[in-house]
Amino acid sequence: MRVYGVELPSRLLLGTALYPSPAIMADAIRASEAAVVTVSLRREGAQADDGAGAGQRFWGLVRDLGVRVLPNTAGCHSVKEAVLTAHMAREVFGTPWIKLEVIGEDDTLQPDVFGLVEAARILTQDGFQVFPYTTEDLVVAGRLLDAGCEVLMPWGAPIGSGRGLNNPYALRSMRAHFPDVPLIVDAGIGLPSHAAAAMEMGYDAVLLNTAVARAGDPVAMARAMARAVEAGRLAYEADPIEPRDMAAPSTPVIGAAVFT
Amino acid sequence: MAGTRPRILVIGAGVTGLVTATVLAERGAEVSVIHRADPATRASHFAGGMLAPWCEAADASAALMGPGAEAIDWWAGHFTETRRQGSLLVAARRDLGELNRFARRTTHYRICGAPDIAALEPDLAGRFEQGLFFAAEAHLDPRAALATLATGLERRGVAIRAGEATERDHDGFNHVIDCRGHAAAPALPDLRGVRGEMMLLRCPGVALHRPVRLLHPRIPLYVVPRGNDCYMVGATMIESADRRAVTARSAMEMLNAAYALHPAFGEAEILETGSNIRPAFPDNMPLLRQEGNVLHLNGMYRHGFLLSPAFARRAAVIVLGEDTTQPGEAA
Repeated sequence: MRVYGVELPSRLLLGTALYPSPAIMADAIRASEAAVVTVSLRREGAQADDGAGAGQRFWGLVRDLGVRVLPNTAGCHSVKEAVLTAHMAREVFGTPWIKLEVIGEDDTLQPDVFGLVEAARILTQDGFQVFPYTTEDLVVAGRLLDAGCEVLMPWGAPIGSGRGLNNPYALRSMRAHFPDVPLIVDAGIGLPSHAAAAMEMGYDAVLLNTAVARAGDPVAMARAMARAVEAGRLAYEADPIEPRDMAAPSTPVIGAAVFT
Repeated sequence: MAGTRPRILVIGAGVTGLVTATVLAERGAEVSVIHRADPATRASHFAGGMLAPWCEAADASAALMGPGAEAIDWWAGHFTETRRQGSLLVAARRDLGELNRFARRTTHYRICGAPDIAALEPDLAGRFEQGLFFAAEAHLDPRAALATLATGLERRGVAIRAGEATERDHDGFNHVIDCRGHAAAPALPDLRGVRGEMMLLRCPGVALHRPVRLLHPRIPLYVVPRGNDCYMVGATMIESADRRAVTARSAMEMLNAAYALHPAFGEAEILETGSNIRPAFPDNMPLLRQEGNVLHLNGMYRHGFLLSPAFARRAAVIVLGEDTTQPGEAA
């Protein structure tokens, strides 16, 4: 897939939070063959008083993997906070890419779509390439594209919930409505079958973190997710059959020999 | 025979340094300790003091279980106020799924319903429907435990001296063991800092008898009784070596956890807030590494009190050889 002019070799994007250890995180990222990893600036401790970034050794572990980095504004609740975090992230990670999160509600971590559109406009004008974490709302999606976003990342379900695709109908509509925009299901994936389902719908990629990081064996789950994403994409490209109500025998019955 | 005793310099007087010095001195080595005078520079000064190998294993590694069980006995033998009261894990109703996940990943617990929780901690009666009780776990007051170790070392004639160790200080020693934690990061390129923040509360309105953990999807938050109505609440885990004071966000999270455990914590007096840097290697497990003439023991991460005894014993094997004395015979 291509996003902001960059060809990505894989359709899986993986988060770097919540792993039992950085060593397991690194193994899981390698096993996932993810094209992109998201990193949260807060955890990186970029605001250290020594000016060098107190989280640089953790960041060094991520950088050594040679995977493209997508910094995020996780945990930001206001436009101002998100814009400030994005600017700090650009400085620390040296990329114009930013996964924009503006959280509007604490129990569901639902995006504040009004703040999201405003922050996306500001950041695009500042030269950022914005990956907005949004809902499946088509009007909001249109506004984000108007604001300059070239990719949309609707949620599957609330962050960390592992519930899969809560609203497949709306996700299908979104895919149909924006056939040429790169769409990434971000958040809510719990199982490989959820990731495969998103890909079968024609989504361009899947972004997940908790499902891998908090699995009993994160490396094995990373491998499972990679295969599911690949399987789902292959199935989409293979043009699946339509479901039907009645059986359609796969071998002809008329003229079959009758043994009595 | 004093001339034949190996002379060993231990750098650092956090939990790793003092436990290592104690283990070496008990095996007959002539030990000196050099350290920074200010206890607030040490990560162990802000530790929870939970000896909770089975709770910790759920989110870290099963490799903690063996050395952790060993640590409980070691501390009970060296610090009489080590409390073997177990630890209790509870979850808010919305996080009960997390409790199942936790239980699948560990051992040595029994599942508690509301009546069991009330029997263990009467003040938590009616507040939680389900929990896990780890009966074999223990806890201690880290500052008191370290003071006791230091006193014990001095009684054995171990010189404990304040100051920064220079190369010249290494002269005359057969071995130098560097236990400085994150301060040794310049010599250990793969050592990183993981910031932790804690609070000390005084709350006569609540009586808890053992560490209580509140399951949380992101960080394990816990309240550890310290006696005299005091409780330690901890601890955040932030991938950063930032040494600044506790942030408002972290303070809110920790106080929220205490308040969720019992609303009476809302009336608690905040005696202290603290932050420091846990030293960690990429797999979050400690290691012993020889660099030139210095043996590094570092990377205790969250588990200084839990892993120091086992790793100090391994350090002693490296510098003194296998321990050939019979159990109970040690000096």
